[in-house]
Amino acid sequence: MWRFIAGRLLQAIPVILAVITVTFFLVRVAPGGPFDSEKAVIPEVKAALEAQYRLDLPLGQQYLAYLQDLARGELGPSFKYPGRSVNELIAAGLPATAELGAYALLVAVVLGGLAGVVASLKPNSAQDYIPMSVAMIGICMPTFLLGPLLVLVFGIHLEWLPVAGWGDIPGDKILPSLTLGAAYAAYIARLSRAGMLEVMSQDYIRTARAKGLPEWQVVTRHALRGGLIPVVAFLGPAFAGLLAGSFVVETIFQIPGLGRFYVQAAFNRDYTMILGTTVFLSTLIVLFNLLSDILAAWLNPRLRAQYGEA
Amino acid sequence: MTSANLTDTAQVEQGTSLWKDAWRRLRKNRLALFGLAVLTVFIALALLTPWIAPYAYDAQNLDLGASPPSAAHWLGTDIFGRDLLTQILYGGRISLAVGFVATAVALVIGVTWGAIAGYVGGRVDAVMMRLVDILYALPFMIFIVLLMVVFGRNLLLLFLAIGAVEWLTMARIMRGQVQSLRQQEFVEAAVSLGLSPATIVRRHLVPNALGPIIVYTTLTIPSVMLLEAFLSFLGLGVQPPATSWGLLISYGAETMEEYPWLLIFPGAALTLTLFALNFLGDGLRDALDVRGSGD
Repeated sequence: MWRFIAGRLLQAIPVILAVITVTFFLVRVAPGGPFDSEKAVIPEVKAALEAQYRLDLPLGQQYLAYLQDLARGELGPSFKYPGRSVNELIAAGLPATAELGAYALLVAVVLGGLAGVVASLKPNSAQDYIPMSVAMIGICMPTFLLGPLLVLVFGIHLEWLPVAGWGDIPGDKILPSLTLGAAYAAYIARLSRAGMLEVMSQDYIRTARAKGLPEWQVVTRHALRGGLIPVVAFLGPAFAGLLAGSFVVETIFQIPGLGRFYVQAAFNRDYTMILGTTVFLSTLIVLFNLLSDILAAWLNPRLRAQYGEA
Repeated sequence: MTSANLTDTAQVEQGTSLWKDAWRRLRKNRLALFGLAVLTVFIALALLTPWIAPYAYDAQNLDLGASPPSAAHWLGTDIFGRDLLTQILYGGRISLAVGFVATAVALVIGVTWGAIAGYVGGRVDAVMMRLVDILYALPFMIFIVLLMVVFGRNLLLLFLAIGAVEWLTMARIMRGQVQSLRQQEFVEAAVSLGLSPATIVRRHLVPNALGPIIVYTTLTIPSVMLLEAFLSFLGLGVQPPATSWGLLISYGAETMEEYPWLLIFPGAALTLTLFALNFLGDGLRDALDVRGSGD
């Protein structure tokens, strides 16, 4: 197991380095400097600013200096918010985004897992078709459409829930979490249904039934562990999707999180902010993929052996 | 491998080809047929838009402003008095074009890459697929946002960027297919006849791997369209004066409190298309995949 984890960690390093390198050079070759919008900047001021942001150095040296900064955990200053660093902006936005992501993941796993397991217990019955049809809608309905529709119905017409904000009014976290989690609940429902159906036909389930366990114990004690492996493996990629989804959800519900900062930075062409956030988010995603792989391997000894040999 | 087996048995038992057999099974799947019908209608509408759109694309009626659906404007008008049906028709052209063109880009890169890796094998295969593994781990959603920021919001770039993301799975599927196919006798026969590797790949391997490729292509189109709509919603995709369903949804969301039809109709168009493509993809998978077909 440790060998597997160490191997996976080693694989993650070139990926993270690739992200840093590609992002850095992409941002540097971008047309237009960050100070183009300010009219008639005094040459001395411009030079001082460029020195501050190290734009006067050759590209190679800029890259090396940036790597050194990163090694110390410094993501650099923001172009658009003078005096603030990317670290501070991330620290300001991360709590809301992390909380939103956690709730959405909870919605996805609980709702999706429950729907999938329930559907798998009686395949091709109403108990199967109804949750799976709802899941199909969840997959086809984009987040940026579901969000406004939920606001329209529950916020504006029924007036049950607040339409925007995060932690200001009680209940204002419900709609964003549901909106972000819905699509993943739908995927998880499909995955867990397929996983459970496969496991339920295995011999060890028949053995469990043969020794007289009640059906609910067969499901909870024996089938779930195997049946939910695909779901665990899906959590890594889902995390990346949740982050991207948070761009939209935070914009719709005006949540002061990382996603909204990122979109604003994209519009402002705040290059250092984009660079820093991209590196940060990408590293997070790679690490989360790693975690979900390790968890899936821990649940599935066969997979573990396969990776151990390689 | 599986498709070759199917062809054999199908010919012995019924004298039909793989494709006829698949079509027979697809015809029994009502949801897939519904998907195919919806898709055909939408593609036809998109192709005919310049002739059938009820109003000119840039026709405004500022006196009218936003009006709910009526006899003159079946789906209502937006705040500038522009006919929503016309907007949706023109937006659909772009949304569908992005879906198909970007998927075609992914298809060409992925199939070529996977076929070469699978056919040549050995160290070339290891290096090529290792690269795919690394690219797989990259957070592409974020990269596309970055690309759109850095290089301006250019429609052609959007096609390329999305296509460049989606080819990875295609390459994996193709490689798997080719690896199992190249062990078979008909490929050995082709080699001993002295055919060049390029010809073998093109004439023998790609056609036999077509089933899974078609299925995955059908399922890639909706995810590409979703990606385009996502970017357009954030304002990083299709730019005015052009429009797309994602952009129309974004406008609709801004004014949904007063004019809900501006959100609901473009949303319905996009969701219906995604539904259709997913149903068709699922149906094709069942029709072409022996394991899942149950007979």
